[in-house]
Amino acid sequence: MKKIATGNKAVAEAVRQAAPGVVAAYPITPQTEIVEQIAEFVTGGLMPTRYIAVESEHSAMAACIGASITGMRTFTATSSHGLLYMHEMTNWAAGARLPIVMANVNRSLGPGWNIWAEHTDALQERDTGWLQVYVSTVQEAYDTILMAFRIAEHNDVLLPVMVNLDGFLLSHIMQPVDTVELGDFIPAIYLPYAIDPKHPAGYGTLTGPDQQFKFRWDIERSMRDSVKVIEETGKDFSKRFGRNYGFTEDYLCDDADVIVVAMGTLGKEAEVAIDLLRKEGIKAGSMRLRWLRPFPKLNLKGKQVVVIDRDYSFGRGGILATEIMAQTKEDLYSVIAGIGGQEVTYDDIAGFVRTRHMGKEFWFGVNAHV
Amino acid sequence: MLKCTSACAGCSDSLALRYVLKAAGPDTVMVVPACCTSVIQGIYPNTAFNVPVYNIAFGAAAACASGMSNAFRAAGKKTNVIVYAGDGGTLDIGIQAMSGAFERGTDFLYICYDNEAYGNTGMQRSGGTPMGAKTTTTPTGKTDAKKDIDAIIAAHDPPYMATACAAYPQDIFKKVQKALTFRGPTFIHILAPCPPGWRYPTEKSVEMGKLAVKSGMWVLYEREYGKVTIGPQSKAAMKKPLPLEEYLSPQGRFKGIDTKVVEILKQRIAKNYQRLAADEEASA
Amino acid sequence: MFEIRIHSRGGQGGVTAARLLAMAALHDGKYATACPFYGAERRGAPIVSFVRIDDKPIKVYSQIRQPDMVVVLDTSVMDTVDVLHGLKKGGRIFINSAGKREFSDFECRNVDLTGIALRENLVVSGSPILNTPVLGALARMGIITAESGKLAIREMFSDERNVKAADAAYKEMSA
Repeated sequence: MKKIATGNKAVAEAVRQAAPGVVAAYPITPQTEIVEQIAEFVTGGLMPTRYIAVESEHSAMAACIGASITGMRTFTATSSHGLLYMHEMTNWAAGARLPIVMANVNRSLGPGWNIWAEHTDALQERDTGWLQVYVSTVQEAYDTILMAFRIAEHNDVLLPVMVNLDGFLLSHIMQPVDTVELGDFIPAIYLPYAIDPKHPAGYGTLTGPDQQFKFRWDIERSMRDSVKVIEETGKDFSKRFGRNYGFTEDYLCDDADVIVVAMGTLGKEAEVAIDLLRKEGIKAGSMRLRWLRPFPKLNLKGKQVVVIDRDYSFGRGGILATEIMAQTKEDLYSVIAGIGGQEVTYDDIAGFVRTRHMGKEFWFGVNAHV
Repeated sequence: MLKCTSACAGCSDSLALRYVLKAAGPDTVMVVPACCTSVIQGIYPNTAFNVPVYNIAFGAAAACASGMSNAFRAAGKKTNVIVYAGDGGTLDIGIQAMSGAFERGTDFLYICYDNEAYGNTGMQRSGGTPMGAKTTTTPTGKTDAKKDIDAIIAAHDPPYMATACAAYPQDIFKKVQKALTFRGPTFIHILAPCPPGWRYPTEKSVEMGKLAVKSGMWVLYEREYGKVTIGPQSKAAMKKPLPLEEYLSPQGRFKGIDTKVVEILKQRIAKNYQRLAADEEASA
Repeated sequence: MFEIRIHSRGGQGGVTAARLLAMAALHDGKYATACPFYGAERRGAPIVSFVRIDDKPIKVYSQIRQPDMVVVLDTSVMDTVDVLHGLKKGGRIFINSAGKREFSDFECRNVDLTGIALRENLVVSGSPILNTPVLGALARMGIITAESGKLAIREMFSDERNVKAADAAYKEMSA
């Protein structure tokens, strides 16, 4: 059924349909609408869920961990400082191999208090063992939450999944969303090592230098195995519901000389810039990265690459640009734009492509090449 | 509890654990933050516990248990969820999560075993360290008073809370059994003398616990739906307290303690007694 | 693509108006997005919200700089805000006002939405409801169809007075 919904409401609706047994969450702008809506669903008897209104994000993730290890489906949502406050527990969730699904509404980090879109929050969680996906429309937010539960809980994966949506730009925009009859798209959760007093075991006990690396390697092995699960889940989703999602969304890339790579709403708006550039005779394409972890093999051979980072790693560079360079070993044009919700239009994006300097970095709005 | 834990010799926490687990029975899950009990379990792939133990980060035990309890109850299971945390994980880094879990009425038992310092890391001062005690971060004795966590818990008005001491096995057993009959959050605060931390001979843990009660440094009482009942051991001690020096002098951590500090400790003992007696009378 | 900027004050329903408009456009078989100006909204402060309507999926997230149309729900914001800012040449204006207004280079229409809301007793917490009657006015201006406008209103509100108010606005708009 087609409705108009905000990104936040669409996330909440997908969570309602996935029906986790426990949701533990703490409000933070611009995520708040997600947890308000879920609380309303739970109170109204529309979800068979226990909603734990925890006193912090650290506790939100800890409570999800406690619930998840009993073998129950769990969900939480956060943003920005909330995600950072959770950081210790996000590591724990992945290390404990718990298929928790989280929506993170990407927002800048203080100081100063800036509530607008930026990806640095989620990218600081890059190395925790969470799968990470970035979405660009309300529909995609809804669809991806549904897929996230199936991927996380797949017994070849059993790792948590973070679904990222841009603060305000996507969390608060109202767009059409087509909801689905879920059917058995998400199978019942089965956690092989769920806690059971009939079979006592120690979880996370002292683990020596002769053992710890095995658990770490096991995370990586599952991360690699998740590639196939993500592909299969996408295919089945497409077959059932008619919408296609891959690791990237490619727009006019095949014959392109230059490709814009970005994540989230910027990656979608880039397609409008590509149309403009094509009209000018510039053979440009756009590759919107959806999955950051596991990081996909990008088909960028022989192309000039313009990467737009809505994030930064101080002393190194745009995080996405750095990731891509590590893979392609080629010079690219790294644009830092959209920090703290900085307005970036399709005209601006077209401009980045027109004036690209391969091997250089450009901070949009800061009038200097570095 | 199985045999062969990796606790220190004379560890009263491992005594308390034995009584707690005996009282709780097999349908129990323990949630343990970083503390001595993380070590006592043994090293992977072994465990000395005969119930599942979920180990969690330092400040997260109550929140983790909160999620676990909700999940069990949602699944229609009555499994006891017991947090077993030290004083650092309770009075200091875990206090926020604990306060939240109590405020939300989480159906669990929170046990704080209190050895009055960060024992696992080699005895640094915690909020539970009494005034005058030397630790590695208070080499000349702590200048601040012990945090009154019981008053903080009481402010959350849980259906049941109690203090206990590792030197009184039957008392612990009864209190744990009782706590687990309530729905909602319950709390037991167990004093757990620590030979290496308090610097006394390993065979004297039980004696040290009894001295703590007899001198009034530790008071055994229960608070059930607001009604305070002081335990008979502490009632007896209130009538004729043992001189505090008899508790302090066998412990290396109080060696050379300033007499002024001893006076302050004595005043606090008297005040604590008065307050509890008044609470008991008022709630009778 | 047709881009609309709605001016109102926080609490007057400008964001809901944008949502209803997008819903109505969807019923017309078009694509639409609606969004508030992103930020901390305070009750009573001048705010803007945006609507985009197109025949194909809308990929633009950046703010509307040169709207095709401006809607003013509260004329008092015009004292402090240049509501015509960026409006395309020949662009259209709708103003909630009893009196006719003229702007050179722009087509301006008006209806007294506040009067209609008060007449229909559409008042919440002392404020007349403007976000449903405005759909009637915009239908009259051809932005959406009147039928889709009503469908959108009924999806969101069960009180039929909202539809009546939209009807009234449609009828009362001067040619």
